[in-house]
Amino acid sequence: MTLQHYLVISAILFTLGIFAVLTRRNAISILMGIELILNSCNLNFAAFSRFMTPSEDISGQIIAIFGIVLAAAEAAVFLAIILAIYREFGSIRPDEVDTLKG
Amino acid sequence: MDFTLTNFIFYGFALMTVGSALLVVTVRNIVHAAFSLMVTLFGVAGLYVFLQADFLAATQVIVYVGGILVLILFGVMMTSGRLEMRIHIERGQLLLGGVVALALLTLLLTVIANTPAWKNLTDDGTELPPTTEKIGELILNGPFLLPFEVVSVLLLVALIGAALISRKEVRD
Repeated sequence: MTLQHYLVISAILFTLGIFAVLTRRNAISILMGIELILNSCNLNFAAFSRFMTPSEDISGQIIAIFGIVLAAAEAAVFLAIILAIYREFGSIRPDEVDTLKG
Repeated sequence: MDFTLTNFIFYGFALMTVGSALLVVTVRNIVHAAFSLMVTLFGVAGLYVFLQADFLAATQVIVYVGGILVLILFGVMMTSGRLEMRIHIERGQLLLGGVVALALLTLLLTVIANTPAWKNLTDDGTELPPTTEKIGELILNGPFLLPFEVVSVLLLVALIGAALISRKEVRD
């Protein structure tokens, strides 16, 4: 395997995540897109750590672990906000939540 | 390119990851999308194993599949009536989003193919010892101690904040 194999997989995951965030009209689907983006990012960290640094240096993996922790915190807060929005508006379609729109 | 068993398994994981991610963003039923996301997360964990990141792969399975995915399914169940299970998509946005995504993918692939420093870096196949011990050393007794503590506080803040936002308001 070469580094570019991993980078291509990660680029595809990132693009699909962006596509989901752009086109889906459901807050939870948008969260799934964000998770895809974060995964592609972590995969890049692990791949660069394996190929670009000496093999006993695993700092990139630790950064990826921190990334997973941040993703967990982000998902918890995101879903709490979604629940609050659902209680207030009765819907989680982002285009219907426009109270702040000028 | 030689088709050894290792290559075969690698391409299997790569296909599994990319294919199920494609399902996540195209399937209309949100529960199906969530389960496709599970397959994607497992595929990424498999790729971590190929990168000799065993601890990272285990963390991925435990935290993502065991934690975040369950949270997502809870979110689906608590917010979606029978009508909302189907994800609404507008045709114009689909077209525009597709164009933007394709442009982005082309850009990324061009950069990946043309960066000289990333070329011809093959996996030499050296097997690392299990990384768990080293990660523990680096986090608790090394340069990552401060980030570790900061992340701990951040998790606490996020948990309290999530509980505070999602509770029912008591009016008295």
